[in-house]
This record gives sequence, structure tokens and C-alpha cells, in this order.
Amino acid sequence: MNETDVEPLADRGPFRFILNGLRDTGEVIFLLGDVIRELPRGLGKVPLVVQQMVAIGIGSMPLTVIVALFTGAVAAVQASYQFRDYVPMIYLGTVIGKSVVIELGPVLTALVVGGRVGASIAAELGTMRVTEQVDAMEAMGISPTRYLVVPRVVAATLMLPVLTIFADVVAIFGGYLVAVLTLDVSSHTFTSGLRLYFHLRDVFSGLIKSVFFGAIISMMGCYYGLRSEGGAEGVGVATTHAVVASCLLILIVDFLLASFLFRVLFA
Amino acid sequence: MPESPIVIESVFKRLGTKQVLRGVDLSVAPGESVVIIGRSGTGKSVLLKHVVGLILPDAGTVRVDGVDVPTLGVADLLELRKQMGMLFQGGALFDSLTIGENVGLPLREHTDIDESQVELVVHEKLHLVGLEGVDDMRPSSLSGGMKKRAALARALALNPKIMLYDEPTTGLDPITADLINRLIRRLQERLGITSIAVTHDMRSAYHIADRIAMLHEGRIHAVGTPAEIQATADPAVRQFIEGSAEGPLLPT
Repeated sequence: MNETDVEPLADRGPFRFILNGLRDTGEVIFLLGDVIRELPRGLGKVPLVVQQMVAIGIGSMPLTVIVALFTGAVAAVQASYQFRDYVPMIYLGTVIGKSVVIELGPVLTALVVGGRVGASIAAELGTMRVTEQVDAMEAMGISPTRYLVVPRVVAATLMLPVLTIFADVVAIFGGYLVAVLTLDVSSHTFTSGLRLYFHLRDVFSGLIKSVFFGAIISMMGCYYGLRSEGGAEGVGVATTHAVVASCLLILIVDFLLASFLFRVLFA
Repeated sequence: MPESPIVIESVFKRLGTKQVLRGVDLSVAPGESVVIIGRSGTGKSVLLKHVVGLILPDAGTVRVDGVDVPTLGVADLLELRKQMGMLFQGGALFDSLTIGENVGLPLREHTDIDESQVELVVHEKLHLVGLEGVDDMRPSSLSGGMKKRAALARALALNPKIMLYDEPTTGLDPITADLINRLIRRLQERLGITSIAVTHDMRSAYHIADRIAMLHEGRIHAVGTPAEIQATADPAVRQFIEGSAEGPLLPT
């Protein structure tokens, strides 16, 4: 057999799936280690961090606001339908407020921002990789982790909670609009319900989750972007992987954090 | 006699399913300019990237200034790379930065010289490669040849002792190619820069090389001065330098 034709074990059938998964997990952990190690010097690159904060935070604001507005609105429609004849409408504000700050605000914001920001990070770094810009950076003695990854991870981790706060407010406002304008619920009933059983820890738990979601989105974008290969097609594959991986991880980590926060920490 | 600045010993490298390098031996003397020729896909760029530690060999050693590159830690490797300049095939300019910022980046990252000095060096290096008035332009608005020249200016920013050129003249018009060839030669003659260039442009190879090495089937197939290479009887080398489709090298 010609030695150039040897097919590594990792390329065969079921092995491939498992080995690739293990490899990706291991490499992401290494990248995370790199990010933590380079954090102090990466943070020194203030203009780069600010640039990413603008791109990730302000750039995602319109999308976040629109998604949140309709999320709140639909929550009001669905809740009032479920409540009809069984639950007093004063609880409409309560259930919207709670579901938004605990779950809908952080998770839906992360999912849409994950699509937008994760894809753009993966595409940008992927293009830099396949056009040898990342190699050039390394050859110059500049660490791509410090220069490219850290600013993006820091910016996303800081901006996701900020976006989530906006999403929470706008979503509740969306629910309020639907309730008051179309469901015959008075403004006073809605806001009283909102204050009922309101706990600040609910808001914080949502924000804590969003910090993790920000890290996940940026890490996946950077990881898949930096390891893309093979030109435009490779960048496309990297972008898809980054978005799929962030969405899955967001939902899995959401479950794990919810279990920890509400069953252990706030139990 | 001091050790050669670049020593490559029996380097093997497999990429994916392809055994690219099968025992490459090559050493470059101080101030020498070596050109590696060979067909596309024979691993010339891969070999070049071993020298800066962008790719690590599966077996064999790569020593730069007596230091074993593959065994270096991250910090030492970054330090070593500051003494080397590398010109990439497509230029590899950062498209988020202007040309001036690209050339100034290594200076801003690795030296403490103040902003006005940086500007001065940027202008000097751009002037050296024959580019004027492009400081504020983005790489995307430059032609291929200009990009390559700007990339060369960037690679020279820190006055490296070793230069690596990946296809320095490919895709350039003959006049710009000649400008680059002369520049490479001048850098070597005036500043004593040791260099390896990878190319399949024979005109360029004859111009800039002290020695030409042909990479074929994963090994250095032939080495010699440009005159020796031109006079060789080896059929594979003859076929390559004459650019003929007929001979031992099959079209791929």
C-alpha cells in the first residue's frame, strides 16, 4: 500500500464522530487555558476590546430589542390564553416578568446573538486563517490568542449581560403593551403582578447565565474560525460549526446552570 | 566557523493523509540566499513554515541560530520570531488595518519607540519597497503586487537577520518582479540577511540565489549554484527549469 494512501483511524466511520468530539473538547479547553493566560496582556489592548464591544454589543442591539419585544408580546398572548377561566389576570405580569428575566431574556438573546456574533467571529477569523493572516501574526511574534481571541471573549462576556438587561426590559414592555392594549388588562393590574413575588436573585441568575453564554459564543466563534482550513468552503464550514456548537452549548449550559442556581444556590 | 543560521535535518512531515516531507536536509550559511524550487504541492511552503515554527516536524530537527525550534516554548518562540521576517504568498496583510498600521504593527508590539519614530520607520520601509502614499489605504484597495510589496515592508520592519520569502514574485508583473528580486538581493548584499526563498519562478531563482535546491518527492533532490543547476544533466531538474511537460515529472 502506498504510504500516501493510509487513512488514519480517526477518519473512519463512527470513530470519526467520537474522536472529533473529544478532540474539539480538548482543544477548546486548551484555547480557554490560553485565553486565561493571555488575559492580563490581552486586556491591555483596550482599543481592540472596545472595538469588539461596539461590534458585539451595540451591533447586536437592534436585533436583541426586536427579538425581545416579540418574545414579551407572545408570552403575554400565550399566558393569557392559558390563564383564561383558571388564573386571575393579576398573575399575567408575574409570570411574564419571571419567565423573561430567568429564561427568555438571557437564552433567546444568547441564541440570536450567538447566530449573529458567533458567525461573524468565525467568518472573520476563518478568513484570516485561510489567507495566512494568522500565520503572519504568529510569524511576527504576535500571539493570535492575545490579539484576536482575548478581546472578542472579553467583549462578548461583558456585553451579553448588558444586552440581556435591555432584552429583559423590552420583553416585559412588549408583554405590557399586548396586555394593556389587546387583552383588557389594566396597566395597574399588570404592574402589580410584575412586582408580586419579584426577586432580584431571579434577575441576577439570568445575568450570570448570560456571562457564560457570552463566553460560549465567542469561544466557539474563535475556536472554529481559527481552525478553519481550505479556503471559502472551509470558512463556511467553520461558521456553521461555530453557530451550531454555540446554540447547543447555550441550551446545555442553561440546564446545568439552572440546576445549580435554583436547586443548589437559591434552594 | 559558527553554526549555520538555519539547519534543517531529516525533517519528515505528514499533513492529513499525505506524506509531504520525507527527510529534508538543508543548511543555509550566514548571509547566504538559498532558493527552494519545486512543483506546486511538493511542500515548499510547508518546509518554509517549519523554519518559523508555524508547523512542527513529525521527525527531524530544525535549528535557527543554534536553537532547536520545535522544542521552544511559546515565549522563546515569539522571541526568536522577532529576528525573522516572513513574506507570505498572498501578502497576508491584516485587512482590518491600514497599510501604515500593518507595517507599524511589529514595531508597536515589540519595541518601545515612540509614535513619531514608528511613522518614520514605516515610511522608510515603504519607500524601500517602492510604495509611497499608501499609508492610509486598506489592503483591499491595493493591487496584488502592491500588497506583496507592503507585506515585504512589514516583514522588514524589525530589521530581521533572517528572511523567508514564500513565492515573492508569483503573480507580479515582470517589472515589479524584477524590483522585488533586486530588493531581495540588495538586502542580502548590504545587510547580510540570510534568506530562504521558495519559488517556481526560475528567472527570480537565478537572480536571487547563491544556491538553488530542488524539492522533489519530499526530499532535496538537487542542490547547486545557479550555474550548476543550469548545467545539470539530472532529467527531473532539467525538465523543471526548462518548464517542459515531457520528462520524468508527470503533469498533475
